[in-house]
Amino acid sequence: MQAVSLIRSRTVVLPAPNIDTDQIIPARFLTVTTREGLGKQLFADWRYDAAGQPRPEFALNRPEAAGCTVLVAGRNFGCGSSREHAPWALVDHGFRAVISSEIADIFRNNSLKNGLLPVVVDDSTHAWLLEHPGAEVSIDLANNSLNLPGRAVNFRIEAFARYCLLNGVDEMGFLRGKLPDIERYEAARGW
Amino acid sequence: MAARTLFEKVWAAHEVVPETADTPAVLYIDLHLIHEVTSPQAFSVLRSLQLPVRRPDRTLATLDHSTPTRTEQVFGNVPIVLDDAAKQVQAMQRNCAEFGVELFDLRDARRGIVHIIGPELGASQPGTTIVCGDSHTSTHGAFGALAFGIGSTEVGHVFATQCLLQRKPKTFAINVAGRLQPGVTAKDLILAIIGQVGVGGGTGHVFEYRGPGINALSMDERMTICNMSIEAGARAGMVAPDETTFAYLKGRPRVPTGAAWEQALEHWRALVTDPGASFDKQVDIDASTLTPMITYGTNPGMVLPIGESIPQKRGDAVFDKALAYMGFTAGDAMLGKPIDVAFIGSCTNGRLEDLQAAARVLKGRKVAAGVRLLIVPGSQAVKREAEGLGLAKIFIDAGAEWRESGCSMCLGMNGDTVAKGKYAVSTSNRNFEGRQGVGARTLLASPYTAAASAVAGRLVDPREML
Ligand code: SF4
Repeated sequence: MQAVSLIRSRTVVLPAPNIDTDQIIPARFLTVTTREGLGKQLFADWRYDAAGQPRPEFALNRPEAAGCTVLVAGRNFGCGSSREHAPWALVDHGFRAVISSEIADIFRNNSLKNGLLPVVVDDSTHAWLLEHPGAEVSIDLANNSLNLPGRAVNFRIEAFARYCLLNGVDEMGFLRGKLPDIERYEAARGW
Repeated sequence: MAARTLFEKVWAAHEVVPETADTPAVLYIDLHLIHEVTSPQAFSVLRSLQLPVRRPDRTLATLDHSTPTRTEQVFGNVPIVLDDAAKQVQAMQRNCAEFGVELFDLRDARRGIVHIIGPELGASQPGTTIVCGDSHTSTHGAFGALAFGIGSTEVGHVFATQCLLQRKPKTFAINVAGRLQPGVTAKDLILAIIGQVGVGGGTGHVFEYRGPGINALSMDERMTICNMSIEAGARAGMVAPDETTFAYLKGRPRVPTGAAWEQALEHWRALVTDPGASFDKQVDIDASTLTPMITYGTNPGMVLPIGESIPQKRGDAVFDKALAYMGFTAGDAMLGKPIDVAFIGSCTNGRLEDLQAAARVLKGRKVAAGVRLLIVPGSQAVKREAEGLGLAKIFIDAGAEWRESGCSMCLGMNGDTVAKGKYAVSTSNRNFEGRQGVGARTLLASPYTAAASAVAGRLVDPREML
């Protein structure tokens, strides 16, 4: 996993609340056995028309969205299925962070494991971001701060996940380091 | 010791290393269920790290999501239509063979939807931790297990260590008073709960469904309830085990016998929330006031009693977008809306009692002209039972399609889909845009409502056919 520190970008905004993982990547694209290359199917049914042509009005297809790495989305982003294909597709497309007022549990966990920063902000910051697509923002993970034009707000992130993101380490190594404890636990339970 | 909730008891018993401010808990996983869609990338991680599956004896694999349900494809020689799905099924067979994981393969008599087979085998037991790369793992919470969905990276963690790093969630009591009225089902109850709590209302929490309205339910019904916990944002939902739970489990293949059974019972009986234990949140609902429910929008929280009309919500762009997708207008009555497809199955409503409910409606009746009724048992065991009891004959006589087990039309990645713009009354759990096929319009309901609407060719209150 790539280390995350400072992310600086203009935002792309998808204001709808409850954007579920079936919208992020529809089930028919889940028949893969690898995690690469899913970016082209990101938001497939919103991004492309029936003939497979990009819909020019969709936020991700607009010229100003090119190169943006921060997605601002409506409340309860990433609800629904546990498919990690959702953060894989977002990362493959180029996103490094998602900002919302509420991010669904499994999606948030999955994002943290793939270097996609889930940033949960208060309602008024969220409302401002939704109303200002294309705003220049920077996310400073080392200081837990989201900088908007003219002000900064703090966001909360689980301490260990933050450590892993800052250092580009994954949790597997940490967990495997606990194997002696795990073996003791199993022995005590007769497992 | 301080009074504790059921969840807190199960959590504490599985803490290998407790959480600190800096690190999450290391939580032991008793049972790891896997399927073909979310496991291949985790097997690849093991391969690249040259690690084995640490506890294959605590791992169980099945084929369900991208697996076809047509008999000729499962038992005949007709190939799986979707090439990629076929590859995924083959990858699962290779991975399980290579890593020594027990797989209920395509033609195995024990195969079925992952959340149906665990309980059926007696592998889903009270007080255990159960995970799967699938959000509806919450189903197993019906047994008083702590069961939740994980992503593929975490599937890799469990493969390698049998543990997960987890922060302790908060608790949320769903207090259910009263009994369900005839013709009103567990599905209607959970839809009403989601409508009340909201689709994100449970985020960060584990539900405990409690009260007389829950105690009165069968295990099949409790599973329907726990299954949809995730649709209110909760990763897990639990019901305290009781005599109904024990009677269900007794004699199942993976349940202890003899003295070990007595010992297990003693342990399981302690798995209740202590009097005086407190929850972080709670809601109350009276089951006796409910009528059959139906969704009208594009998430399970957009739900109402079937006899009501779609509300007016002026100036709500999201609401308008959902109605436009569904082809509905605010103020429309739901009763009488024409339908094209009815789907009875899935991990929500693909168990024997669900099929018995459908049969009660369909017996001696015919599916309306122009309507397709697809009935897909949740497992091969359910299929055999339904055939043995004569239910399958009732379905076929009524003009329904009767299939092999699998996820089928619940998510439309196995060849079973709803066509663009068509209306499907479905007993599954998600009415998201495109869930059952590109442009498909899903109305979530109980097996009674799905069967009755298939007969009428339009949405009806099933109580008129019972
Ligand atoms: S039946 Fe549907 S919800 Fe259940 S496991 Fe299969 S795809 Fe998921």
